[in-house]
Amino acid sequence: MKNLYLIAYLDLKESIRAKWFLVYSLVFGGLIALFFIAGVTESQVMGFSGLSRLLLMYIQITIVILPIFILITTVRSISGDRDNHILEYMLSFPISLKQYYWGKIIGRFITVYLPVLFAMIIAVVYGFFKGAIIPWSIFFLYTGLLFSLSSAFLGIAFFISSFVKSSEVALGIAFFIWIFLLAFIDIALISLMLQHRLNEELIIFIAMINPMELFRVAAISLFDPELTVMGPVAFYILDLMSQSLFVLLSIAYPLIVGLFFALLGFKIFQKKDLV
Amino acid sequence: MIQVSGLTKKFGAHISLDNVSCEFNKNESIALMGANGAGKTTLIRSILGYYHPDSGEVLINGLNTIKERVKVLENISFVPQLPPPIKLSLDELMQYISVSAKVERDLILHYANDMKLDVTANLNKSFFKLSGGMKQKMLIAISLAKKSNIIIYDEPTANLDPKARDDFYRLLKQNEDEKVLLFVTHRLEEIKDLVNRQIYMDLGKIVSDEKI
Ligand SMILES: Nc1ncnc2c1ncn2[C@@H]1O[C@H](COP(=O)(O)OP(=O)(O)OP(=O)(O)O)[C@@H](O)[C@H]1O
Ligand SMILES: [Mg+2]
Repeated sequence: MKNLYLIAYLDLKESIRAKWFLVYSLVFGGLIALFFIAGVTESQVMGFSGLSRLLLMYIQITIVILPIFILITTVRSISGDRDNHILEYMLSFPISLKQYYWGKIIGRFITVYLPVLFAMIIAVVYGFFKGAIIPWSIFFLYTGLLFSLSSAFLGIAFFISSFVKSSEVALGIAFFIWIFLLAFIDIALISLMLQHRLNEELIIFIAMINPMELFRVAAISLFDPELTVMGPVAFYILDLMSQSLFVLLSIAYPLIVGLFFALLGFKIFQKKDLV
Repeated sequence: MIQVSGLTKKFGAHISLDNVSCEFNKNESIALMGANGAGKTTLIRSILGYYHPDSGEVLINGLNTIKERVKVLENISFVPQLPPPIKLSLDELMQYISVSAKVERDLILHYANDMKLDVTANLNKSFFKLSGGMKQKMLIAISLAKKSNIIIYDEPTANLDPKARDDFYRLLKQNEDEKVLLFVTHRLEEIKDLVNRQIYMDLGKIVSDEKI
């Protein structure tokens, strides 16, 4: 346990010093600042308070940039350390591979999750002083959603990192996964739907397997409990389960995806040569 | 103490270790020599449990180096051929080592001092920003502070100035009792009075092994 914390702590310290972390924090902090400057909180659109609106906008942008940030910064963590012989030295001390791998994951998770969370907290605090009503349910939902989205992509990134040979390939794979989940699946499904090749239920099912898509739907579900904006999708989802179950699923599913890939990565890490 | 039996390691079609068997015992100081690419580093990494061999195994005090890596590594000090570009500061690196391997921090400072490396002035500096020789001094200090009964050096003196080399050999001489010292080198004359066994490798095999 002690070694696990040690590795997480040192990785965290190292990341915080890195330039990418500065950029990363500035992007999310800056996003929130921009919303305030733009006066999003003062608006009253569709009957939602300004602060809820702001959080929704924040989450919608976050879903696009958070995964690529996590993938790019993490996809080389294990493979990079292997290539430049850092593992050769650091693992010559009595530390189990388990502690090393999971310690790295925990450290990295804190690094990527805290800035997005803090940005949201700043928004809420600032909104509070501006006299806005704080939409707690939305805030907690988003905290949970961001948590599980971060873990999904962190798991995928560590998985890639465990087997990939060169940095270029790692980045290539990362970018491909991101664009694939973000756009290609949607485009493919829409075209299938237009051609009536598959039935709608199947299409929606495929769409919801994608953690990013699930996240999107869940993020607006609190604004629109009947999910009317989603059209037929909502019909099938709410036919299948209650809204609270759906919210639970949208948090649990990406979390499980992340754990699954992280575990797979660990198995590969254990089986491969360390240098 | 170290038992290598029938060890074969291939990289693709290239055989880096070809059915190597040997044994290293207490109070032996071994110079491991051979041409570039002979397989010395590969052998050492196998002893440390980094490579999954194609056949054979390495046992240290009867424990398999891959399956029981934590227990095995408690007894090993190691300095690699090239100091890695670790981004941790010296302070953090010492923390990593003192927590994971129970090495006293003061002892690292003590040996660093003996090697004429001023750690306290560089505490917050990243390890990879030290000069080549300073890095090696730091790793050597750590290896001595970690009181292990197996000490493995893969050519640690490449970047050391002559004075530092002398300091190093003197410290090693004081610390080799009751231990296994495995020392990869291309300059036997420098460590002649330190070692009592010489092993030559070529093309992944041990070609000569003599005690002196
Ligand atoms: N990770 C690897 N992938 C492919 N080939 C490797 C790898 N590691 C070592 N080799 C090959 O194995 C052979 C032995 O390498 P090794 O590093 O053990 O030599 P060495 O005796 O330490 O040489 P040197 O004196 O130059 O340090 C070389 O031909 C090398 O190319
Ligand atoms: Mg070598």
